[in-house]
Amino acid sequence: MAKIKKKIKSIRINADKCNGCRSCEIICSSFHATPRHSSINPARSRIQVILDPTTDIWLPVFAGEYTPAECMGRGKYVIDGKEYDDCTFCRASCPARDRFKEPDSGLPLKCDMCEDNDPGQPPLCVQWCYNEVLIYEEREEEVEEEAKLDEIDLGLESLVNKHGLEKLVDAVVRMTQKD
Amino acid sequence: MRYAETGYNLEIDLATGNIEKVETDPKLTELHLGGLGYNVKLFWDRVPPETKAFDPENLLIFSSGLLCGTPAFSFNRTCVTTISPQTELLAYPMMGGFWAAELKYAGYDRVIFRNKSPKLVYIWIHNDKVEIRDASHLKGKGTVEIRDIIKKELNEPKAAIAAIGLAGENRVFTASIEQGRSSASRLGGGAVMGDKNIKAIVVRGTKDIYLARGTEFIEHVNKVGEYIKFRNENPLKGVMTILSGIGSPQEMKHTDEKWHTENFSWGNARTRRRDFWTDEINKSWSSTQREAIKRFISCFNCPQQCGALISYKDVPRFKQKCFTKLTYSMAAYVDNLEFNFRIAQRATEYGVDGFSTPQILAFGVELYEAGILTDKDFEGCPPDKEGRFNWLLDRVVRREGIGDILADGTYWAARKIGNGAEAFDHNTIKKHEQLPLKLGMMDPLYFLMYSTNEKISITQIEGNWPQAPFPTIEMREEFVKDWPQLPDEHFKQYLLDWEPRGENSNPYYPTPDMCSEIVDWMEEIHNIDDALGLCCGMGSFCLKPPYHTHNYHLLVSSATGLDIDRAGLKKIVNRSRNLHRAYNVLKGMRRADEKPPQDHWKRRFPELEEKLLDTYYKYKGWNMEGIPTKEKLLELDLGYVAEDLERRGILQDGQN
Repeated sequence: MAKIKKKIKSIRINADKCNGCRSCEIICSSFHATPRHSSINPARSRIQVILDPTTDIWLPVFAGEYTPAECMGRGKYVIDGKEYDDCTFCRASCPARDRFKEPDSGLPLKCDMCEDNDPGQPPLCVQWCYNEVLIYEEREEEVEEEAKLDEIDLGLESLVNKHGLEKLVDAVVRMTQKD
Repeated sequence: MRYAETGYNLEIDLATGNIEKVETDPKLTELHLGGLGYNVKLFWDRVPPETKAFDPENLLIFSSGLLCGTPAFSFNRTCVTTISPQTELLAYPMMGGFWAAELKYAGYDRVIFRNKSPKLVYIWIHNDKVEIRDASHLKGKGTVEIRDIIKKELNEPKAAIAAIGLAGENRVFTASIEQGRSSASRLGGGAVMGDKNIKAIVVRGTKDIYLARGTEFIEHVNKVGEYIKFRNENPLKGVMTILSGIGSPQEMKHTDEKWHTENFSWGNARTRRRDFWTDEINKSWSSTQREAIKRFISCFNCPQQCGALISYKDVPRFKQKCFTKLTYSMAAYVDNLEFNFRIAQRATEYGVDGFSTPQILAFGVELYEAGILTDKDFEGCPPDKEGRFNWLLDRVVRREGIGDILADGTYWAARKIGNGAEAFDHNTIKKHEQLPLKLGMMDPLYFLMYSTNEKISITQIEGNWPQAPFPTIEMREEFVKDWPQLPDEHFKQYLLDWEPRGENSNPYYPTPDMCSEIVDWMEEIHNIDDALGLCCGMGSFCLKPPYHTHNYHLLVSSATGLDIDRAGLKKIVNRSRNLHRAYNVLKGMRRADEKPPQDHWKRRFPELEEKLLDTYYKYKGWNMEGIPTKEKLLELDLGYVAEDLERRGILQDGQN
């Protein structure tokens, strides 16, 4: 498959500078409200500050991919005398926890780098982090060109993943026979 | 749909355990906004003025401000409102932190407690689920200590916890309500919470708050944000470092304490040590401070970092901000900062006000040294300064022996002890301990602020006007050049003409008329902050702040959808402010109570002071007793208040 250049957007997190104000959560939820900025709810934010103030843990984490299953083990990290479990750094919207899920529906949330914003603007959380904990970076990488699935393919693929191809085919046949 | 506010109160009857979510009347928001303004109205309507602090009828209200939880920076204050056991007036200790925002996200603007719980409980508010939970396992526990216990119990790392310690449980009049990051400390809110048998109020919310015109609101906030950045990059020139920035005084960042240690009094507001800050002290105090501070921290949605996580040697970790860094060392005449970090940690766990409490302990020590308190009262007390303070603190929070008397604060303790002790109560206004300041020349602005504001607390209502005149005309011109926060251009001339010495200096300049205008303006913006839930460090309590009289109403109207302009906003807070005054008048407050301590300044001017009060009362629309006139009350749609005052014979028809 052909190699193409892809723009990778990322946010560098300098957790040592974080003082836990949660402005990033607030503006994220506000920006992603419909209409834009019509409501605020940090629980809907695609960035969450993981905190345990007495042990000096303030760690912003972005929502990554949805995963249908939780992972097996639960490791521990000890960094600079502070203990974190595996889940702390994990960006997945996962059945094991409430993080990165819409509070009402439980649907997964994922950071989209505020791609609907005006061109050239860094994500809102970066703009609102006055203490420069969150730094926006862009870089180019060469990647394999992927065949892009269209919406129907994507939907069917997730149904196949969940129920198996056979059941899906049966269902489609049943639906066509109804008419 | 309600905008900016949730439109619901949480009403909890602690005696019966009844919990109700009550929809509020939007008209009340239009009349009083939220926070302090709204709470005052609730007290007027629901709590008879005869009610004492520890009567079951006294309400304890924990309120967010109208703009708390919105994206506007630094709106994070919780306004606790209750009748103070110390002043016996309507008090409103406040705190920053995260509690107010979590309450809004849980779906409530305020929690109103009435009556008393038969046993120690804590309240768990999680969106629509509200529980009164047994807290017997938390009895006697420290305010920091219980945070881990509760968080483990509930498995909610983002829950905000407001808790009392042993002092609150024992109804110590200076008991605070601690939130880990900040505290509502003044005037005994923690004592009322303890009296009602509430150990902690824990809240976590995951609901939406709505904005009426969100995009417009964000545009206003962005402008404020730009100014915050500008002020952070450009500290003011010509003023002390501590006054040059924005936010709460940056006591955790600045290490130079020459000004505090030499201008504020040590002991029981007794001695100024003008040569204290030597190079050696500077070196040792700065190094202790740097060693103790683990990280600077913020309150909810605030770019400033006024607080710090303290991690000092073997001292369990706690958080601190502002002048409490120094108050214990200075009150105890201990020349090192280590003592302060050590005792402040214990005091935070106990939950006591870091301003009043050191003065009360120093007052006890003075009485002992003067022979008014005896060896019997101090039996078992170590002889050294540090040991004595620690021992006294333990007695006070447990209300043991002499501690039981001192726990009521210097005013009440002095009267209980008698035998000349009253003369040692020399730093209270309306029975409440003030900043340990004893200065030379009477300052007319501060005279009015100290005397007349309902806050009755350290900062009173100062902030936007410089504390002292600039020495040269060039500096004054430089200062007024860029001063968009002023309500009107003509104020600039007052500052330009204000000189350190000569005719245009304290006490006769600014004149009583000018003082009235300046103080009224500062009071207005403090009252706006307290209704909207803004940290006064970003509004009323600092020089050239990002929020001011020309942008508050833009935020309020775009957030709420209410049609409020600058004059409208002024009228609303004026209404609440006069209602507050009227309520305290019903509780007995009069002109005779409105005075700074006699020794606050060496040089006093009794005639001028009377004139200042006369002029200010008149400016405010109050009679010469400091009571709002019928005319003023009617102008503010407070006809029902005028009627009440008339019915009680406090206002006489036709005579004001």
